[in-house]
Amino acid sequence: MVTPTDTARPPSTGTATVLETEGVTKSFGGVQALRGVDFHLAEGEIHALVGENGAGKSTLIKVLTGVHRPDEGSVRFAGREVEFHRPAEAQRAGISTIYQEVNLVPLLSVARNIFLGREPRTRFGLVDTAAMNRRAAELAGSLGVDIDVTEDLGRLGLGAQQMVALARAMSVDSRVVIMDEPTSSLEAREVATLFEVARNLAGRGVGLVFVSHRLDELWELCDRVTVLRDGQLVHAGPMAELDRVNLVAHMLGREVADVVRGGTTEFGDTHRRDREPVLAVTGLDVRKRLHDVAFTVRPGEVVGLGGLLGSGRSETVKAVYGALPVRAGTVSVDGRPVRANSVRHALRSGVALLSEDRKAEGIVPDLSVRDNIALAVLPRFSRAGLVAERRIDALVDTFVRRLRIKAAGPHQKVRELSGGNQQKVLMARWLCTEPRVFLLDEPTRGIDVGAKAEVQALIDELAEQGLAVVLISSEMDELVEGADRIVVLRDGTVERELSGELLTSAALLAALAGAGAGSEEHDDE
Amino acid sequence: MSEQVAAPPRPAAPEPRRGRRFDADWIRRNGVYVALVVLLAINVVITDNFVSEGTLRLQLIQVTPVLIVALGMALVIGTEGIDLSVGAVMAIAAALIPLYIGYGTAVAIGMAVLAGGISGALAGTLVGRIGVQPIIATLGIMVAGRGLANLFGGEIKSIRDPGIVALGSESLLGVPYVVLIAAAVAASVWFLVRRSTFGRELVAIGGNKRAAELAGLPVRRVLTTTYVICGLLAALAGVLLAARSQASDPTKVGLLVELSAITAVVIGGTPLSGGQVRIAGTIAGALLMQLITATLIFHDIPDSTAQIAQAVIVVAAVYVQLGRRKAKS
Repeated sequence: MVTPTDTARPPSTGTATVLETEGVTKSFGGVQALRGVDFHLAEGEIHALVGENGAGKSTLIKVLTGVHRPDEGSVRFAGREVEFHRPAEAQRAGISTIYQEVNLVPLLSVARNIFLGREPRTRFGLVDTAAMNRRAAELAGSLGVDIDVTEDLGRLGLGAQQMVALARAMSVDSRVVIMDEPTSSLEAREVATLFEVARNLAGRGVGLVFVSHRLDELWELCDRVTVLRDGQLVHAGPMAELDRVNLVAHMLGREVADVVRGGTTEFGDTHRRDREPVLAVTGLDVRKRLHDVAFTVRPGEVVGLGGLLGSGRSETVKAVYGALPVRAGTVSVDGRPVRANSVRHALRSGVALLSEDRKAEGIVPDLSVRDNIALAVLPRFSRAGLVAERRIDALVDTFVRRLRIKAAGPHQKVRELSGGNQQKVLMARWLCTEPRVFLLDEPTRGIDVGAKAEVQALIDELAEQGLAVVLISSEMDELVEGADRIVVLRDGTVERELSGELLTSAALLAALAGAGAGSEEHDDE
Repeated sequence: MSEQVAAPPRPAAPEPRRGRRFDADWIRRNGVYVALVVLLAINVVITDNFVSEGTLRLQLIQVTPVLIVALGMALVIGTEGIDLSVGAVMAIAAALIPLYIGYGTAVAIGMAVLAGGISGALAGTLVGRIGVQPIIATLGIMVAGRGLANLFGGEIKSIRDPGIVALGSESLLGVPYVVLIAAAVAASVWFLVRRSTFGRELVAIGGNKRAAELAGLPVRRVLTTTYVICGLLAALAGVLLAARSQASDPTKVGLLVELSAITAVVIGGTPLSGGQVRIAGTIAGALLMQLITATLIFHDIPDSTAQIAQAVIVVAAVYVQLGRRKAKS
């Protein structure tokens, strides 16, 4: 465990705290999303809020903005304890939120959007367009944004739309602006402008909370940082005092010093890797998500895809599988090209994808275990439009036994099974297709320990039988021990490849953080 | 979220009093049969001459158009869709009969059924390939289709072709042709859903479309085909209705049949959220609707009241469904 360092301390700059929480706890149906979180935002500071999936960032933001009310603990704003019942109340009080998806009205002009609901009026109660446009232009000018305020908002780029959202925040005299992943769909130039505007706001004493998965941006923009993990505060302090490796270590819950190899997963040793690659991916490009991703996988090899949230791991396997529109790049299996953007062709070529989202993209809840397993082979196991029931029964029977799927019988509805057994059903579904390449996106997420070990052992077994496996896992142990090589992604491109002696948690941590491999930051090992 | 079937106790929704065996899910699946039996029993007691060959035969004949439409509708609802255009398609089909009857009975029926297929293909293309919401796509076709039927038909036309008349009024071994046809359709649709690859794919798509896509199922083709089948069946219903009444009135044929069909499907236990198709339930649902209307007519209660009764039943049936889903989450 990482002990919270430098917590509960107002910023050292001497300025007043504008927004803070104390011991905020929030749970949803038994799942604790926040556990006693303290958070302090000072006037004029840009504060990074960092954490992986499920760390509690969104919940904290929602507590701050009145979407959720804390079960325990308090929120103080401008020195007074507050209890917002609705987002609108928080907004009126002076807390604005800017999301990745701008929630303004695309068909109204920029000026109308800035003053929506508070339009300047003429003597006759009509909207004073001239005054509104003038004031909007002034506001935009003062933020250093060069846009025509009479233009419809929808005609602007996403970046410019976010500037408008910021201008709106300014115009309502917000004292706090929360920016939730504002940069994730922006181009580099737009990001630069956004940062300038953010600094401008901070210069006027506005406190900003900044959430981003692009780690570089944190050091570029932020003064202080709060790291959450599993709903708890694990670190708070000045941004400059934290290096990349330590930040990632906090996020993932690892002490840099005790990253050790071995023993906690069911993975065995390295697999053979002397054969020609079965899967070859080159120059894969997905709009705003992936750029020039390339890697190969040999038969019997488990290649891990490493990366933090938003690095493009899931996008990579989806693009390989044809489930995400690809702009450029080639995928080939056994040297034969796989048609882009066609799931069915990918399947026929011998590629299978176990999706990360079991519920939304995997199981068909009302169908039986049997029909869920047979789903992907249904077209293949049909003759004259009729289902070859006996062949399917035999196949299902084989896989239920081989994967030890615990169900009352093949006709039990899959939604009645535990998460681990649902996952096994999905693994069986893909194994039925006799894949040459198996893409596994977080195969052990959200399943119990026993099932997890079984799934890990199964992955090993499949590789030994010559299957080419691509493994995505947010758990470092799983990745380091399960994979023979790790391709590390960052911001949608391949950052580095780790293999051999570099296949260690420490090297992975460094690569995830984007620091040099085996660099000086952790020579204490 | 609980994955268990047994819902955790919820203070807001008290457990059904009759215990687990007769919970909301049981009512959803079997309520329609119970209601049908109860209503039959009531009629045996209170309606004079109810248990007579003539009465029962008439009920079966009258239910056929709605039943055939409902069977197609059940498939569409199984994909998490809806088809509001079925009434208009019936009208088009009925209007085409007098138009083409000069070329012979078979040609006239063929043209009518073909029109249903074309309409279904249009709806299926809009929904399956272009991604228009089913309710919007078929609402458009419903409005345009009714207009088209008026264009074809214009006014009430009587049909005197002996083949058509025979289809509507004669029997085989004592069973009216229309009832035999409805039974054949029901058997075919049942077979399609339970035994064919298409049916298995349809149910999977309705249950989780994204998962079906990722499993490589021909999602667009299945959706399109489903609407084509629904259109064909609606047209067939239109032909049978015209044959029985020996006339076609484009402004009246199939009016509000979409509501009766959806009601029959829903009270038959097929969830509007897709992923299941209940054929027997749909048949029972159509019979129940018919029997409710008939019961009210037997006792001289006006037609408008029957419509209100129908509305109440739809709302109640959907409420039972919603209650079940709430208990699940």
